[in-house]
Amino acid sequence: MRSRALAAAALAAILMLGAMPARAVLPDEIMADPAKEARARELSKELRCMVCQNQSIDDSEAPLARDLRLLVRERISAGDSDAQVIDFLVARYGEFVLLKPRLNEHTLVLWLTPPLALLLGGFALWRLGRRKANPAAGGADSASGLTSDEQARLERLLAAESAPDKPL
Amino acid sequence: MIAESGHYALVLALALALIQSIVPIVGARWRDAALMNVARSTALAQLLFVAASFAALVTLHVTSDFSVANVYENSHSLKPLLYKITGVWGNHEGSMLLWVSILALFGGLVAAFGNNLPLSLRAHVLAVQAWVASAFYLFILITSNPFLRIANPPIEGRDLNPVLQDIGLAVHPPMLYLGYVGFSISFSFAVAALLEGRIDAAWARWVRPWTLMAWIFLTLGIAMGSYWAYYELGWGGWWFWDPVENASLMPWLAGTALLHSALVMEKRNALKVWTVLLSILTFSLSLLGTFLVRSGVLTSVHAFATDPTRGVFILLILFVFIGGSLSLYAWRAPALKQGGLFAPISREGALVLNNLLLTTACATVFIGTLYPLALEVLTGEKISVGAPFFNFTFAPLFVPLLLAVPFGPLLAWKRGDLLGAAQRLMVAGIAALVAIALVFAWTYGGATLAPLAIGLAAFVIMGALCDLAERIALFRIPLSLSLRRARGLPRATWGTAFAHAGLGTALIGIVCETTWNSEYIGSMKPDDVARVAGYELRLDGLNPRQGPNFREMVAQFTVTRDGQTVSVMTPSKRNFTTRGASTTEAALLTRGASQLYISLGDASADGTIAVRIYHKPLVLMIWWGPVLMAFGGLLSLSDRRLRVGAPKPAKATARALQAAE
Repeated sequence: MRSRALAAAALAAILMLGAMPARAVLPDEIMADPAKEARARELSKELRCMVCQNQSIDDSEAPLARDLRLLVRERISAGDSDAQVIDFLVARYGEFVLLKPRLNEHTLVLWLTPPLALLLGGFALWRLGRRKANPAAGGADSASGLTSDEQARLERLLAAESAPDKPL
Repeated sequence: MIAESGHYALVLALALALIQSIVPIVGARWRDAALMNVARSTALAQLLFVAASFAALVTLHVTSDFSVANVYENSHSLKPLLYKITGVWGNHEGSMLLWVSILALFGGLVAAFGNNLPLSLRAHVLAVQAWVASAFYLFILITSNPFLRIANPPIEGRDLNPVLQDIGLAVHPPMLYLGYVGFSISFSFAVAALLEGRIDAAWARWVRPWTLMAWIFLTLGIAMGSYWAYYELGWGGWWFWDPVENASLMPWLAGTALLHSALVMEKRNALKVWTVLLSILTFSLSLLGTFLVRSGVLTSVHAFATDPTRGVFILLILFVFIGGSLSLYAWRAPALKQGGLFAPISREGALVLNNLLLTTACATVFIGTLYPLALEVLTGEKISVGAPFFNFTFAPLFVPLLLAVPFGPLLAWKRGDLLGAAQRLMVAGIAALVAIALVFAWTYGGATLAPLAIGLAAFVIMGALCDLAERIALFRIPLSLSLRRARGLPRATWGTAFAHAGLGTALIGIVCETTWNSEYIGSMKPDDVARVAGYELRLDGLNPRQGPNFREMVAQFTVTRDGQTVSVMTPSKRNFTTRGASTTEAALLTRGASQLYISLGDASADGTIAVRIYHKPLVLMIWWGPVLMAFGGLLSLSDRRLRVGAPKPAKATARALQAAE
């Protein structure tokens, strides 16, 4: 698919919404303390700009994202820990603001799918391996599903292919 | 007149596709060679008519015929010629027409070069292709006709979305579609095998080149799109885990798994049932991607609900093809005989592990992309699943995968020797440890995970080289003999080494860019100097300029390092008058594999302008990696052992088959 096209279209929509777009983090937002600013940047990457399509407030140039970035910095200046800032934003805007959803009954399936897929896949392979190792249950190696005619033809072809001095 | 011809050609293509859907199958049932051969002619004729239809739309765009709605909405008479052409697929209707054109192209290729396929297999494959084609022709003709006229033609068009007016649009979508749609061939082969109830190693030989070809295009397409986003969207990000990106990543992950499982099937006649399932799943994911992007469901579940025609139609196609093929699979797959025993520690075992991890990764992307949609539809609750989730879940899957990559090619088929492989990878292991130590010492006190990741990348790259060195017995026999052996190695072996090394290369780029990226954000006025990563950038001035269909403000920066002028960079901000939209044209300066990146913000009344300058160390390796992978794929594709199902069969082969038919 035109993988950027839709995001690009969304971006264009945003461009048209905000009269003149501001780039993501703006010079006047930056905090004086570099350590706090770094925390703000890291937090910003985890938070969604709610009017954008799948952009964090760190990436987005929408006015709302700027407001949220300022809010995050305001909370950090007020002495909140990272968790407190997140809690504050979730209380205000809901779980939607988190780009990495919290584990709860609604997101259980989401979080469990990757490990379960791996475990079940691994388990299935283990079972299959055991069944194959057991000669009574395993299938014959030679079963290729070809008639003897076809088998002969295939062998002829393979022989012709691998003969090194055969003119092409 | 041209629009009507284009429309009519598409209708004829549909009629041909319908014939091709039925007649060859009937022919195969009756064992009638003439009926089966109908598929060949219809597939070629279909290609001709779709190509004509596509050419008609291109002509309309190039000649700026604004009496056609599609041209009016997406073009402008002043637009440069290149963008008039690329604008054809820069919109929904046109991109769907490109989709079916490429589908017809692949069908035509099978018809033209599939002379050495068994007649009934070819008939089935082309019939399945025609089912897919018919569905999408109908979709275009009923819901997305690009040839609709406007009653009162306007004088000027509304222009193409400015973000899309870029060379990226010329290359990225066609590449991606060649990949996406290319997987339809392996799908058709899989369904044909299920219909015939027969599958063997020769089948895998026919499928593998097509899969490889699609995979090469998809790899390049995704990389290209990523680079496009990187320089066009203006904040230097290159992967966003955006649903649209995920839609292309899922078929890639599944397709990569398919490539490896088809290898096992070809060489060892094992994993047949799984390979067939993967072929079906890979193309199903391509279809899913088409649905996600084309239905508007991603923008909002509600947008989908208010104008459901297109979405519901594609959803229907999705259900019929995915549901149908999976049902067929459930019904017929048990009849396919399993073969080829192997021990867990073996080449097969390694490839199975590869498949397990890749499919789990694919499932992760799948659930992460669709879960928010499903949750909102079912409970009305809105959650976001974004980059932090995917980064968090992907790392545990890719670390073991990358650790295992160098071992795979060093293990023997059937029963491998893990200890022996580990011994032969000693050099790679040492290289990895040295890399970790060096990076750690160099960035002392910085990130702790990054040096480990660099070590892993070094292990993957050196592992690929170790495999080659092992095969040519480097340093164990005279060098001239080694060189002769290197020439004699199958190209597929070289291909594997390149592709695996590409993986490591991309990892280095990703780690460096995300960890040691430095930036400067500030307001600058002329003669101000910004310092980033040892470079000094002086803003010389701001100059307005007039382009063909836009006006721009160009900032000129002189870049110096240690007092010596390196280059001049000119980022700009463009205003497109027709749409009233603006874009940021970032300026990029490449130094080795690293880049300086400048993008402009707003100018304010006091004469300053907001500027963001990044130094991105080794960032280009992110894209060199996929290019290496694609190059490896190309080498492998050119291996003569693989050319059985590809163009130009050996004469003896063709004769033998014709005689047998």
